[in-house]
Amino acid sequence: MTKIIVDGAEVDVPAEYTILQACEAAGAEIPRFCYHERLSIAGNCRMCLVEVKGGPPKPVASCAMGVRDLRPGPNGEPPVVSTRSPMVKKAREGVMEFLLINHPLDCPICDQGGECDLQDQAMAYGVSGTRYFENKRAVEDKYIGPLVKTTMTRCIHCTRCVRFVAEVAGAPEIGAIGRGEDMEITTYLESAMSSELQGNVIDLCPVGALTSKPYAFKARPWELAKTESIDVMDALGSAIRVDSRGREVMRILPRINEDVNEEWISDKTRFVWDGLRTQRLDRPYVRENGRLRPTSWPEALGVVAAKIRAADKARVGAIVGDLAAVEEMFALKDLFGRLGVINVDARQDGSALHPKHGRASYIFNGGIAAIDEADAILLVGSNPRHEAPVLNARIRKRWRRGGVRVGLVGERVDLTYGSEHIGAGPASLTELVEGKHSFARVLSEAERPLVIVGAGAFVGEGGEAVLAAAAKLAGEKGGLCVLHSAASRVGALDLGLVPDEGGMTATEMAASGALDVAFLLGADEIDVAPGTFVVYLGTHGDRGAHRADVILPGAAYTEKVGLYVNTEGRVQVANRATFPPGEGREDWAILRALSEQLGAKLPYDTLNQLRAALFQAHPHMAALGEIAAGDPADIAKLADIGGTLGSAPFAGAMPDFHLSNPIARASAVMAEMSALKRTGFAQAAE
Amino acid sequence: MSVRRLAAVQPDDFAFTQDNLRWAEGQIAKYPEGRQMSAVIPLLWKAQEQHDGWLPEPAIRRVAEMLAMPTIRVMEVATFYTMFNLAPVGERFVQLCGTTPCALRGANALKDVCRKVIGDERHVTADGKLSWLEVECLGACSNAPMVQINYDYYEDLTPENLEALLEDLRAGRAVKTGSQIGRSCSAPEGEDTSLTDETLYDGSVVGAWRKRFDEQGGADATEADSAGRPAEASRPEAKLAKGKGDAEAQPDAGKAEKPVQADARPADRSRREGQPSWAGGKGGTDDVSPPAKPRGEEG
Amino acid sequence: MLTDRDRIFTNLNGRRGADLQSALRRGAWDGTKFLLEKGKDWIITEMKASGLRGRGGAGFPTGLKWSFMPKPQEGRPHYLVVNADESEPGTCKDREIMRNDPHLLIEGCLIASFAMHANACYIYIRGEYVREREALQRAVDEAYAENLVGKDNVHGYPFDIYVHHGAGAYICGEETALLESLEGKKGMPRLKPPFPANMGLYGSPTTVNNVESIAVAGTILRRGGDWFAGLGKPNNTGTKLFSISGHVERPCNVEEEMGITFRELVEKHCGGVRGGWDNLMAVIPGGSSVPVLPEHQCQDLSMDFDTLRNLKSGLGTAAVIVMDKSTDIVRAIARISYFYKHESCGQCTPCREGTGWMWRVVNRMAEGRAEKREIDMLLEVSTQVEGHTICALGDAAAWPVQGLIRHYRHEIEKRIDDYSRNSTPADYPIAAVAAE
Repeated sequence: MTKIIVDGAEVDVPAEYTILQACEAAGAEIPRFCYHERLSIAGNCRMCLVEVKGGPPKPVASCAMGVRDLRPGPNGEPPVVSTRSPMVKKAREGVMEFLLINHPLDCPICDQGGECDLQDQAMAYGVSGTRYFENKRAVEDKYIGPLVKTTMTRCIHCTRCVRFVAEVAGAPEIGAIGRGEDMEITTYLESAMSSELQGNVIDLCPVGALTSKPYAFKARPWELAKTESIDVMDALGSAIRVDSRGREVMRILPRINEDVNEEWISDKTRFVWDGLRTQRLDRPYVRENGRLRPTSWPEALGVVAAKIRAADKARVGAIVGDLAAVEEMFALKDLFGRLGVINVDARQDGSALHPKHGRASYIFNGGIAAIDEADAILLVGSNPRHEAPVLNARIRKRWRRGGVRVGLVGERVDLTYGSEHIGAGPASLTELVEGKHSFARVLSEAERPLVIVGAGAFVGEGGEAVLAAAAKLAGEKGGLCVLHSAASRVGALDLGLVPDEGGMTATEMAASGALDVAFLLGADEIDVAPGTFVVYLGTHGDRGAHRADVILPGAAYTEKVGLYVNTEGRVQVANRATFPPGEGREDWAILRALSEQLGAKLPYDTLNQLRAALFQAHPHMAALGEIAAGDPADIAKLADIGGTLGSAPFAGAMPDFHLSNPIARASAVMAEMSALKRTGFAQAAE
Repeated sequence: MSVRRLAAVQPDDFAFTQDNLRWAEGQIAKYPEGRQMSAVIPLLWKAQEQHDGWLPEPAIRRVAEMLAMPTIRVMEVATFYTMFNLAPVGERFVQLCGTTPCALRGANALKDVCRKVIGDERHVTADGKLSWLEVECLGACSNAPMVQINYDYYEDLTPENLEALLEDLRAGRAVKTGSQIGRSCSAPEGEDTSLTDETLYDGSVVGAWRKRFDEQGGADATEADSAGRPAEASRPEAKLAKGKGDAEAQPDAGKAEKPVQADARPADRSRREGQPSWAGGKGGTDDVSPPAKPRGEEG
Repeated sequence: MLTDRDRIFTNLNGRRGADLQSALRRGAWDGTKFLLEKGKDWIITEMKASGLRGRGGAGFPTGLKWSFMPKPQEGRPHYLVVNADESEPGTCKDREIMRNDPHLLIEGCLIASFAMHANACYIYIRGEYVREREALQRAVDEAYAENLVGKDNVHGYPFDIYVHHGAGAYICGEETALLESLEGKKGMPRLKPPFPANMGLYGSPTTVNNVESIAVAGTILRRGGDWFAGLGKPNNTGTKLFSISGHVERPCNVEEEMGITFRELVEKHCGGVRGGWDNLMAVIPGGSSVPVLPEHQCQDLSMDFDTLRNLKSGLGTAAVIVMDKSTDIVRAIARISYFYKHESCGQCTPCREGTGWMWRVVNRMAEGRAEKREIDMLLEVSTQVEGHTICALGDAAAWPVQGLIRHYRHEIEKRIDDYSRNSTPADYPIAAVAAE
């Protein structure tokens, strides 16, 4: 710790702090544009200038100067920094003036208006009026993809975007070409950016140079209702803020959650909101003569109840989809249990994960933040760049720091960081387990190894053997990390949404002739064979709804209050930002209504009552934001299961990042990105 | 500078010639392993040289591949450094220095000549022979005003001799590079005002300085002390041998145990070891390899 | 009065051979091994004793700079980087060293590298100096062929020397921008600290020296720091290459003693001011970045760091730009302003925006198309650039403007008055015309 005097107040800060951090610790506000905690220090905007007493008679960029670089006074007094002296005031005014002379006065038509750092800081630190009577610079706008809109005249050259894509996203596609006052931010020949995290440059841009293209001219920040929530596009459960106006979600922004997403979100998380408006199921339907007919709730529920009541309960089943909240899954399990149906499964992908092996067998043990400390990482059957882009950025962050080796078993993909491709399939896993591959030593010698196994690796024959092998590789150090790709999955496994003894798995249920009635709770990633009467409770006219004989319109993740358990096993709550469209209802309430029709009334009339029952049955669900840790002993036991590995190479759980769930598939933005990706981003500028 | 853009019309592809590829490998080898990016300017330069004096877009991609750099980083370099011409230039590309020292001596009149003979800046004459551009200080200010045409400087220009020069170049006639009024480099016009002492060039300078060390002789160490320097300063071997890793960094590591007097060894012995024997003499070639034949045209 | 015998660059005029053999006869590579055997500490002590101040413009003591290099560590090579990116308008001295006395430079590189535990040296030469680069490369090749340098050379100190070049960017003369450029990036100056001595080329300890500072090292060591310190003035010792350009009868490069008076320099080597001494109007004494001095301050001006600094100007690179009474001083400075706007790398705000602003205003003032209150505004803008930037280019852009206003405010005011009276600007003698 080092002592430093900021504006007369002495503070004790770690020696590695910058002056800017020290000033903040002392409660002094330092304006800045280029500085960002999670990016390298550029020191180019010069807004954070402060005065250091005893130094050269010029202001110092506080973001770039370390406290330890300051010289103490002649008698060892702590260095003295002033953030309010006349010199600092003048310096800030000067820099602000320089930033503004070539900045357009187009705030009234700028999407950044109201949440613009330049606007705010100009108010706080600038002077009114101008002395600049030359022509203002105009810069041609650049095409950099369908997600990020550019208005380059507004750019203040802070290079946050350049640093973000190069450092965090690992796709160094943005650069500053030219020089001097003609420097311009662009991609190479104005090609579209390829990163799955590119949307974050919109948040990083302190001015309106990079704004959201889909959101362009849609709303002003002050007219939006802001709802803190949780993302369900992948299993990370990134913290988000849903901004809505009236019945519509207008945009989605990240919130800071150091343990999960730091402050990034993937493009799917950010831009999927147009999918919340299209292809929506806004009223119940029943199929008649092969055509879906709009109907009323009583009729739809009546048809379903009649079908289930008439059916042999051994030939009734329920499959839970990827976006379901814990509450409706709990209600579903409760209801079907009361009906005596044992065919219930949440693993529509056919995964071998099973709660019988203990919680440690299906969560990301140690938490996402464990990546920061890992000294060896083995990725099995996963492309985290697609399945959890934010987590992938975290691995990249760890890799950039050095001292970690990353191995990859599975498809050879560009992870944005250096990795050793060990092999494509289970055979390589065997090699590792038997210690025949050099990476096995890397793992065994590491102090904090992580074996990250993608959801895709547990699919099909030998899935359980993969789990056993991974547990063995993780060893006693406990670094078995299951990376789910479905937001609902860990919650479902916590609830035990797997078939009871003698029951059918999702794959078996979907097979021809297996069931008379199938109840799909938002299950769109599975094809139920013809012949089965399908009830679909969901939000979008996607695969499940097309197959359905009865459609019950539910609520999407922004339209209900629901618990989600992320891949770490962390219980988080998604909040309602808007209401479901039309006659859509919250899923648990629909199940509750159905239960009445079925004569197996669920004993809760409100969500709170449901929650009470849930917490009673599963106490860890009550601890919001917490992780109920798995038992390390379970991992040791897992390792002993053994079993025969399959032979097919591992396939990622998310072949098309942009179109991985019904909401994303309804999004025009995601469709455009997916198409662009298929052409290798070769599409020329517009 | 104004915004620099790539030319609208670009070739489909760019490939280095075999010779240039070999040359590029040599360039890359100049830098430590993994630092091949350092060669980006030389490689872009060579690409420009090979491509009639301007840098086409496919070359930017090609260089990026060769150096394992993101294309945008190479693009940044190509647009940052103004000697990379992003659009076609004349066979003879005239870069006219317009900065103050040249302007003071008439660069503006030279611009008029260029406009008259060639046309507007960046315009390539119909025959493809000439184009010109005003550039910033080229570092030949004592020979102002001047232009650079391709790789050569043409100095001490007047509107008349520049016009004649341009016409000569256009016609393919041989021209004189450097000063156009017969100066030797940047020596003052006419008689030299310095360096007229012939004894500087008769070899008598060589070794003359040794006297001061010879006079110190064996008393060197004492002298060092009296001068307030640590005695060890004059005993490099003793001092250096202490530091870890110094052994290999030190000349004659093997002789590290030599006594202090090593400093005062006879000059001729040191010359024998330290440099070719012909250094002090008149080109004698008695005991080491003969001098390399000077390849330069100077002299 | 400096005698030829005390001049270091004896082939400055290029009348003799630049080849190795000619250089050897002039005393280059003479007893280099002997000097190295005196040890690193001796070398640095002698360099400090010589009082040599860096010849690249800032005038930082060279010996002191060499002593800043940290102790060598395993896996962290040290580098010497020679700044041959001579681009400051008015300056053309290093060019003569590289094409006429390259062996002094190469020898200096070996000595300096040895003194700083560096086994590799890069010479970064500006892209425009193609022929100079070729000459230097020839000399390096000669040195390799004669085993004067190389992994296993006659000096017993493994040493490699490479010639690297730029491609047109003044800013690469700033030492950290130069390192960035050498690493294959845009020449954008780095934040300091860390200084290159701790984190330089490829993150390794690096010293960046000007060509002249390095090239004089061999001779200083041979003849002794005392010899060098005995020339010039206290704290401004030795000899110095002066580049005299502009309105003198015979512009030239010449090696002279530090502290020579401006009058003697110009009278002796340049045949005096064009049109006679009375025709002198102003002098920029140290390259375009230092403030201009009016004629009355130049009469008995001593050309050294301290005297010029006390006059609020600077010796800089000792590039003396002389302007006679035919000069349009406002246009001359406007052209310099344009230069800095053109060469601003664009990284940090005050320089990127301020250089263009200053140029535009000065340019208007050159025509008189301005208001008098804008003079003070311009001065204030220049102070907002000065000292607020990452590197010294901001200062370099501000100083000429400040010098102009300090000494020639009346000229600008007159211009403005005349313009508002609708007189034509063409009435003025124009020696320098701004671009664009």
